[in-house]
Amino acid sequence: MKILVCISQVPDTTTKIAFTDNNTKFETNGVQFIVNPYDEWYALVRALEIKEAQGGTVTVINVGPASYEQTIRKALAIGADEAVRIDAEPSDAYYVAKQIANYAEKETFDIILTGKETIDYNGSVIGGMIAELLNMSYVSMASKLDMNGEVATFEREIEGGKEIVETKVPFVASAQKGMAEQRIPNMRGIMQARTKPLKVEAPIDVSLHTAVVSYELPAPKGDVKLVDADNVKELVDLLHNEAKVI
Amino acid sequence: MKVLVYAESTEGKFKKSSYETILYASKLAKKVSGETIAVSIGNVSDEQLNTLGKYGANKVLKVSEDRLNSFDSKAYSKVIAELAKSEGANIIVLSHNYNGKAIAPRLSVKLDAGLVSGAVELPNTDGSFKVKKGVFSGKAFAHYEIKSENKIISLMPNSIALEENNVTAEIVQSNIDLSDQDFGVQVKEVKKSSGKIPLTEAELVVSGGRGLKGPENWGMVEELAEVLGAGTASSRPVADMGWRPHEEHVGQTGTAIRPNLYIAIGISGAIQHLAGVNGSKTIVVINKDPEAPFFKAADYGIVGDAFEVVPKLTEAIKELKAS
Repeated sequence: MKILVCISQVPDTTTKIAFTDNNTKFETNGVQFIVNPYDEWYALVRALEIKEAQGGTVTVINVGPASYEQTIRKALAIGADEAVRIDAEPSDAYYVAKQIANYAEKETFDIILTGKETIDYNGSVIGGMIAELLNMSYVSMASKLDMNGEVATFEREIEGGKEIVETKVPFVASAQKGMAEQRIPNMRGIMQARTKPLKVEAPIDVSLHTAVVSYELPAPKGDVKLVDADNVKELVDLLHNEAKVI
Repeated sequence: MKVLVYAESTEGKFKKSSYETILYASKLAKKVSGETIAVSIGNVSDEQLNTLGKYGANKVLKVSEDRLNSFDSKAYSKVIAELAKSEGANIIVLSHNYNGKAIAPRLSVKLDAGLVSGAVELPNTDGSFKVKKGVFSGKAFAHYEIKSENKIISLMPNSIALEENNVTAEIVQSNIDLSDQDFGVQVKEVKKSSGKIPLTEAELVVSGGRGLKGPENWGMVEELAEVLGAGTASSRPVADMGWRPHEEHVGQTGTAIRPNLYIAIGISGAIQHLAGVNGSKTIVVINKDPEAPFFKAADYGIVGDAFEVVPKLTEAIKELKAS
């Protein structure tokens, strides 16, 4: 199986979010960047497991400037065979999906995996866009993926339950919790990652559909109203009469 | 300007999130002096279709054929895109729920339309077209401008309060030619979590963390949820240790929710957990540690032992419901 895993660089989950330039830019100063957890823990690890079971290759692809290479190397350390970086700012989802689809079309992959969403812009759209651009099946929010020859069986989440879905290669799927277990790279992996191929490709021209005009932080919460543990009725009263939620 | 809205149904019934999208679309249609056209896919009775009028749909396009009885993003997005074209609608609204997340990106490509996924408010249409959505997993919001002529908005569930808007909807049977190539996946089986309220749709959520000490202690969480009619959720460690199914995990790497009431029991409130729940309108924290960071993000709190407080809370709510 020839597998492509789309990876995004995102701020670490503990990052305190701040903005600069009159709330138009994300403050990256002092921020630690990581591979988007859904891409790394679930999509990439499952891709490696499929490769380990049936042979093949795992390529990771990222759209980003040269500074993202440190993050891309982490994916190589976990076990991807090679990496591709499309040398451009990941300006909007459509732009990124077009770049990846353009590369994938030339290389013809059997399986294309993404995380269910990135933890920075929470779009949940890249996988579906790539599937449409390449006219492939798309299974979103998959918590299980089993390959049997060319047939893939998924478990995917739906409101109030799960669906068992089947499709054939080639396909695109987005991965979430349940699909695999996070792998910690070992020293050998980290050493090997330094010499694994990381190809840099020029972007294609794509006009942007959307742009972020400004950011805003949620309004700060007022002080918490504490209720005595012996007076639980008061809490119920507050929820009923003051917050009016029950 | 016409607004086309996809109203998702399950087993012939519309969901709350479908009515939310209809109401949102009809409010948006008013802003741009247009009409609201709803699309229903699959077998739905006319009586159900009429309920879409209650929330503001002027017209309902009904597409039904056997192959569309189970979900396939490829076929569904083709149906919606074809109808948008034939109706001349250039704004499309759908829910940012599980299936919406699979359809919206395909529509964006098919219609060359800018997509903002997970909108939390009506767009600002003064001059440019701007849509607000949550970013950084609930830690901030961004205002996106959609520059393309065609526009798609997927609405975060629980972002608009339902109100009736009584319009009599005209129901029109529509036919879209679909070939076998328009289908890509086969649904083999649907497993319903019996009787449970889907977390993303729940207006009230009761959530438990490591402070509950073990999966055997979840009875009281479920009892509280039951008297409230609430969904149940958990923190990440609880899901990781297998105490609760992973679909209950809310937080940065789990599900993001925005219920009217979120009750956190024995959860300390790590930044990653807060990210997934801080869109909740009211937060109640029950924790025996007065220093738990969650209290800073809470509206109401009780410092106390969950094993004593929660059963009392359940009783007090039962009394309220009985009065």
